Amino acid sequence: MSISGATAVELLARMERGDLSSAEITGAFLDRIQSHDEQIGAFLFVDRDAALGQAEQVDARRKAGRRVGKLAGLPVAVKDVLCVKGQPTTCASRMLRSFVPPYNAHVVDRLNTEDAVLIGKTNMDEFAMGSSTENSAFKQTCNPWNVQCTPGGSSGGSAAAVAAELAPMAIGSDTGGSIRQPAGFCGVVGLKTTYGRVSRYGLVAFASSLDQVGPLANDVAGAALLLEAIAGHDPRDSTCVDRPVPQFSRTVDEPLRGLKVGVVKEHFVEGLDPEVESAVLAALGVYRSLGADVREIRLPHAKYAVAAYYLIASSEASSNLARYDGVHYGFRAEKFDDLIDMYAATRGEGFGEEVKRRIMLGTYALSAGYYEAYYLKALKVRRLIRDDFDRAFESVDVIASPVSPTPAFKLGELLDDPLAMYLSDIYTLSANLAGIPGISVPAGKSGNGLPIGLQLQAPPFEEERLLRAARMFEREKGEG
Amino acid sequence: MNYSIIIGLEVHVQLLTKTKLFCGCLNLFNPDNPNVQTCPVCLGLPGSLPVMNGEAFRLALKTGLALKCDISQFTKWDRKQYYYPDLPKAYQISQYDLPFSHDGWLEIELDAKPGTTKKIGIIRAHLEEDAGKNMHDESGRGLDSRVDLNRCGTPLVEIVSEPDLRSPQEAKTFLEELKLLLRYLGVSDCNMQEGSLRCDANINLHIHTDDGHQYATPIVEIKNLNSFRGVEASLQYEVQRQISEWNKTGRKLDDPGVEKETRAWDPNHGVIFSQPGKKQASDYRYFKLDDPTLAKETRGWDPNRGVTFSQRGKEEASDYRYFPDPDLVPVTVSAEPIDEIRATLCEFPADRRKRFREAYDLSAYDVSVIVSQGRAFADYFEDVAQGCGNGKQAANWCTQDVLRELNERQRTIERFPLRPEVLSGLLGKVNTQAITVKSAREVFVELIADSETKTEQAALWKIDRLIEERGLAVVSDTGELEAVIGAIIEKNPKAVADFQAGKQAAVGSLIGQVMRDVKGADPKLVRQMLIEKMG
Repeated sequence: MSISGATAVELLARMERGDLSSAEITGAFLDRIQSHDEQIGAFLFVDRDAALGQAEQVDARRKAGRRVGKLAGLPVAVKDVLCVKGQPTTCASRMLRSFVPPYNAHVVDRLNTEDAVLIGKTNMDEFAMGSSTENSAFKQTCNPWNVQCTPGGSSGGSAAAVAAELAPMAIGSDTGGSIRQPAGFCGVVGLKTTYGRVSRYGLVAFASSLDQVGPLANDVAGAALLLEAIAGHDPRDSTCVDRPVPQFSRTVDEPLRGLKVGVVKEHFVEGLDPEVESAVLAALGVYRSLGADVREIRLPHAKYAVAAYYLIASSEASSNLARYDGVHYGFRAEKFDDLIDMYAATRGEGFGEEVKRRIMLGTYALSAGYYEAYYLKALKVRRLIRDDFDRAFESVDVIASPVSPTPAFKLGELLDDPLAMYLSDIYTLSANLAGIPGISVPAGKSGNGLPIGLQLQAPPFEEERLLRAARMFEREKGEG
Repeated sequence: MNYSIIIGLEVHVQLLTKTKLFCGCLNLFNPDNPNVQTCPVCLGLPGSLPVMNGEAFRLALKTGLALKCDISQFTKWDRKQYYYPDLPKAYQISQYDLPFSHDGWLEIELDAKPGTTKKIGIIRAHLEEDAGKNMHDESGRGLDSRVDLNRCGTPLVEIVSEPDLRSPQEAKTFLEELKLLLRYLGVSDCNMQEGSLRCDANINLHIHTDDGHQYATPIVEIKNLNSFRGVEASLQYEVQRQISEWNKTGRKLDDPGVEKETRAWDPNHGVIFSQPGKKQASDYRYFKLDDPTLAKETRGWDPNRGVTFSQRGKEEASDYRYFPDPDLVPVTVSAEPIDEIRATLCEFPADRRKRFREAYDLSAYDVSVIVSQGRAFADYFEDVAQGCGNGKQAANWCTQDVLRELNERQRTIERFPLRPEVLSGLLGKVNTQAITVKSAREVFVELIADSETKTEQAALWKIDRLIEERGLAVVSDTGELEAVIGAIIEKNPKAVADFQAGKQAAVGSLIGQVMRDVKGADPKLVRQMLIEKMG
C-alpha cells in the first residue's frame, strides 16, 4: 500500500508498529509535492528541511520509547491564514507577503504539542474571501480531479493538497463554507467546528464572529483525529469555550442507533444541480437503509442567510482588515503624498479586488445612518436563523443537505460574477451564522467525474455525533 | 452683556493596573524606552485577540461607584474605528451605547463660598484602551515621525460630566476634586504631566438679551488640556472669544450649518489660534456629525502658545462606525461583586470634609487644605488630632508646620520623619502646658533634623531629653523670673522709657530677652510681670 494514498490512521498505525518512520512518510509526501504541486498549486510555502527535521525528531523520540503526541509524525498542511512562528504567513495577500509572525497560532501550538509535522502552508483566497481560491494574490490552485476546475475555496489549497495526496491531513478555516465547500469539490472530508470549539488565536481574522478553524482529511477518522488534537479551551481567545473535548477518534467508528436525519425542503430549489440533488437523495437512501429515520424539517429563514451573511461578514472584515494600513508591518505603497494618501495607496495596491469589494460593502453597512438598516437587521436575521436550527434539532439529530449547489466549476467561470460566486456558499453559510458544526463527506461523483459532497449539520458541540454519522455513511459508501 | 457659561468636561484617566487592558504587557509610564512594553495583542498583529483584564474592570467599577453612578448589569465592548499611526488595529476597543456606569454625580466645594457645595452630574463613565503616542521630529530637519506603542492598550476610564459647570474656575475645581477622589480610591495616580489624567472641555455661552430672550452660542470642544491651569486659562480665553464672536457675528448654536468646533489653546500667549496646516481657507474646518444637536466645533489646546486652535482633518474621523467587538464577550455584573467592591471603598474626600468639620470643629478652609493634600495626609492629621485630643491644634500644626516641612523637603507625608504618634506626643505637652508652643516648634525642628528619632519610642524619649537639655520646661516659679526681669529692666532704660511714654510695642523686645534667658517661661506671664514692674 502506498504511503500517499493511506489514511492518517493507517500511517499512524504503521509508524507505531515500526514499519514506517515519519521521515519516510514526510519524505514521500514532500516528494509528491515536488513532483505534482507545480500542476496543482496547493502550497504557498514548503520548508523541506524543517519538515524532515521535525519528522526525525519524532522518530527518535518514538524509537527511544518516549511519550509522543496524538499526531506523532503525521504530516499536516496548514492554510496560510494561521500564524506559524518564523514562517511567512501571507493570507495569500500582497499586503502580508513579507509578514513573518513572531508567534504561533494556538492551533499550530496544538499541532506541535501533538507532534505533527508541519509540511507546508497552503494557498487560499486572499484573507479567506472567496469560493474558488482564485482570489489568491500569488497562484492558482487546480482541482486535482480536473485541473480545468477550481478546488473551491477559500481553503482550496488545503483541500487540493489532501485530494492530490500531497498531505494526509490539512487545517482549513471556515467563515461561510471555506472548509466544507472545497472539501466537497475535491472529494475529501472537511469539518467546520462549533463556534468556540477551537481557539482562533493566531488565525488571521476575516469575520471574527463566524471564523472557525477545522480539519480536512482523506477520511472521517482522520478528521476526527485532527479535530481531537486542535480542539479545546484557550484563555487567549475570549470566545473559545471551556468544555471538555471528547475523544472523537475513539468513538468515530461507533454507529448511531435510531438516528433521525432532517432534510430541509427549502434546500431543494431551483439552482440545485440535478446530479448533486440525486447524490444527496441517494445518501438519504443510505441512511434509511442503515435504519435511520429521515424526516422533513423547515428552516424558514434560510433564504435570508446569504444576505445576512454578506452584511455581517463584510462588516467585521472591514474592521478586521483596517489594521493593514502600511504603518507598522506588511506592505506599504512606495509613492504617496501624505499620511492619508499613504493609507489609500497602500490599501489600494495591497488588497485584491474581492477584498476591497467586501471592505467597501462592510464599511458602508456600518456607516452612520445605515447601521440599523443593514448590520443591526442582519444580526436580527442571524438570531432567527439560529432559532430555526434550535427548533429543527428538537426533532432531528443531524440535518443532511448538499454542500454546494453544483460540483466544482471551471476556473475563471465565476470570476466576473461575484454574486453567483457568493451563491455557491448558500448551503454552508447558515451554519456559520448559527455557530453550529457541519461536515462535508464525499457522496459520489458527477457524470464528468467531479466529486459531490454531502453536508451534515448538528447542534452546537455535537461534533462527535457529526463524525459518527458521517462515518456511518462513509463506511457504507465504501469511498474511504 | 448678561450671559451664563455652560461647561462640561470629558476626562480620561489611566488606571493603576499592573498590566494593560487586553494583554499581559506592563502598564508603566516609560517614554524613554519606546516599544518595549508591547506584544502581538497590543501591536494589533494579525491573528492576535484581546482578553479583558479583570483588575481593570474592578478599578473601573470602583470609579463608577465613587461617582455615585448606576452600574450596568450588562455591558459590552465596541470598536471605535479610525485610522491613525498610534492606533495599530485602526480601532480602539471602547464602550459605546452600554457603558459600565452612568448617571452619577461628584460634589465640589465652591471656592467663592467656602463650605458650600455643588453636585456636578456625571453622564457616564466607560472603560476603553489608550492609544500609543506619535513622536514627531522637532529638530526641524523633516525627519520621520515615530510611534511609541508602550501606552497602547493602557486601561482608561472616560468620565463625561453634565454641562453643569458655570465658570472656568468651577471646571478647574471639578477636575481637582475628581483627581483627589481617584487618588483617594487608588485607581489612578492622575498625573497630568505624564498623561494619566487628560481633559477635554466643551463650552458655550447662554446670552441673555435685554428683551428677555436667551441664545446659545455654538459649542466648542477644547482638546489637549494637560494642566489644571490650562483648563481654567483656556476656558477663560474661550469665554472672551465667544463673546467677541457673538458680538461680531451673532451666530447661534441652532443656526443652520453651525457645528461643533475644536480649538486649541496657547497658554503662553493666552489666545486661541487656528492650527496651521493645509487648506488654510478657514479657521473653522467643520465636520459632519450624525446628530445635529451634538454639533460642535473641535479645537486643540496648545499649552506652549496658550491658545485654542481649530482642528483640521476631523472629517475623516467623523463617523467612527462603532459596532460590538466580536472578539470579546459582553460583561454581566451581578450584585455581589458590586457589594464587595463597595465594601472596600474608602471614605471619599467630600464625606471626609464634612466629618472633619463636625468631629474636630475646624474651619472649612482648614478642612479643605487637609483633605486636598491626599488621603495619607488627612489620615495623618486625624491620627495626630486623636492622639493629642485637640483637632484645632492638630490642624494648625499639620497645615502650617508639617506642610511647610514637606514642601521644603519635597516629600510626601508617607516619607515624613515624624510619625503621628510623635507629633501628637509633642502637642500633648503643649496642651498640658508642660512646654510653650514656641518650645514645641524648636523640638519639632530638632526631631526632623535628627536621625536618632527613627523609631517612635526614640523620638518620644528625644522630646523629653530636648526639653530637659534646653531647659524648655515651662517655668512658673515667679521668684526666678522676678530676678531675671529685674535685671533686664535695668539693662534697658530706653525701652522702659519708651513703654512708659506709651509705646506698647517696646515691651515685645523685653519679653524676647527674658525668654532667651528662661526658655521655659510662659510668655503671657512674663508680659504681665514686666508691665507690672514698669507700670
